[in-house]
Amino acid sequence: MRRRSRPQGLEQPAPGRMPRATDPAGGLLSIRNLRKSFGPTLVLDDVSLDVQQGDCVVLIGASGSGKSTLLRCVNLLEVVDDGVIELAGADITDPRVNADQVRSRVGIVFQAFNLFPHLSVLQNVTLSPIKVHGLPRDEAEARARAMLDRVGLSDKAAAKPDELSGGQQQRVAIARALVNSPVLMLLDEVTSALDPELVGEVLSLLRELKDEGMTMLIATHEMGFARQVADTVCFLDGGRLLEVGPPSQVLEDPRQARTRQFLSRIIEAGRL
Amino acid sequence: MAPAPQPSAPAGSPSWQPSPLQRQRLAYRRGRTIRSGITAALSTLVLLAVVIGAVTSSPGWPRVQDTFFNWDKAKESFPAVAAGLWLNLRVMLICAVVVVLLGLLLAILRTLRGPVFYPLRMFAAAYTDLFRGLPLILVLLLLGFGVPALSLGGVSFQPVVVYGGAALVLTYSAYVAEVFRAGIESVHPSQRAAARSLGLSNAQSLRYVVLPQAIRRVLPPLLNDFVSLQKDSGLISILGVIDAIRAAQISTAADFNYTPYIVAGFLFVCLTIPLTRLTDWVARRQGWYGGGGGAV
Repeated sequence: MRRRSRPQGLEQPAPGRMPRATDPAGGLLSIRNLRKSFGPTLVLDDVSLDVQQGDCVVLIGASGSGKSTLLRCVNLLEVVDDGVIELAGADITDPRVNADQVRSRVGIVFQAFNLFPHLSVLQNVTLSPIKVHGLPRDEAEARARAMLDRVGLSDKAAAKPDELSGGQQQRVAIARALVNSPVLMLLDEVTSALDPELVGEVLSLLRELKDEGMTMLIATHEMGFARQVADTVCFLDGGRLLEVGPPSQVLEDPRQARTRQFLSRIIEAGRL
Repeated sequence: MAPAPQPSAPAGSPSWQPSPLQRQRLAYRRGRTIRSGITAALSTLVLLAVVIGAVTSSPGWPRVQDTFFNWDKAKESFPAVAAGLWLNLRVMLICAVVVVLLGLLLAILRTLRGPVFYPLRMFAAAYTDLFRGLPLILVLLLLGFGVPALSLGGVSFQPVVVYGGAALVLTYSAYVAEVFRAGIESVHPSQRAAARSLGLSNAQSLRYVVLPQAIRRVLPPLLNDFVSLQKDSGLISILGVIDAIRAAQISTAADFNYTPYIVAGFLFVCLTIPLTRLTDWVARRQGWYGGGGGAV
């Protein structure tokens, strides 16, 4: 946690130092037969997915197809109805697991940023290092400033979130998630609330993260971005994982009729 | 569509001069403003003159003036009433502090989740239901006269003002707890989700993320309750405590001149007006920023 290998502050656990990677075949994140419903609505239906260390897996699908719920389940913000989620070989869906510890190793960034409006940008980023990891304030602030520098916002440390543009707020949210040195980043439609001019700054940041080897699970409607950065694209429809494969296959030569229909609608809307 | 502004002279640049048309508009608006000011002042003066004239020329006015607005009686009763008001003020301040702490505790108890906390949740809910329903005067009578009548060592032999303060605290903390609870529930669940996703525990999320936003939001209604508490501190006079109202009553009883009540009322209003203005100011400031709670 405290190892500072790069002056930029973005810390990646070296592949060989993954904690207890007992199941090399399963990868860093292994989701098996996941099921989740809200009342009578079945949101995730028998979803299985593996994410390897350093992979960038992109979830696509219509609104309501279960992308966000899948990410929230991995972050334990939702309690699953059935199935197993393993992080680095450990079952995190076990009710005896300390959820706070899991969450502090898995970063999540939300569509609506969810920054804390009463705290400054710097305080937003230092809250978790100080309160959860018990870092001294000056050390936490040094890390936070390095992370804000990393996302290009070192001059905004003292600002309040509502003084920033949407793209800047989202980059703060990414810095806030990265400061805990997560082994996995979950990104839930992080550009959907941004106007087109601001989407680029967030996506290029994600590209850099991917180049630095961060393992990411991304829900997005940005098909162009998916094609460029994804190692694997997953198409979710009605809570089922219909199609999984490399972007060249899923986006350009989909096997399922439903995937083709979804993609053709996206092309009509001018988003591919 | 309006013509695009000249790139050489954007709005706000020092070279910009209002056009003759704009100068005409400004002159017209200035004229209207002056005219409405004069109209408002005149109509107010006329109305005041009519009301004062009608009241003071009415046949009963000399007796009203002598009984309610007797200057000599006011001067005579003022020191005692002011001394009593000092007691009201101290009671109000001490009660306000205790009420905030107790109210916040009750609100937090009601938001606790988990089966272990069921009795605490139940207690907090029952407490607020009970003391919001009971008339304050009933609580005052029960505590102020009932508890001393028990003659139990420790609880029964306190100064009367303690029972009065306790009654105020019991009743007002129930109201204030509901204000805090409304504030806590008004913070969007996504804020709690963001806090939990960073690894903060439930208690840490409440302490560092939810409560600071909730308290900011409920400050105006909270101050409103304290204006009310300030007035209701006068009710402890029914227990025989010599506060402003009791002092006025004693002075009145000597000659059936009710001016001391007017003096006491005037002093109470003087106390509450600054607090209500503060409330308005805080509410306005909240409306400008943070009203929507920022990003949710």
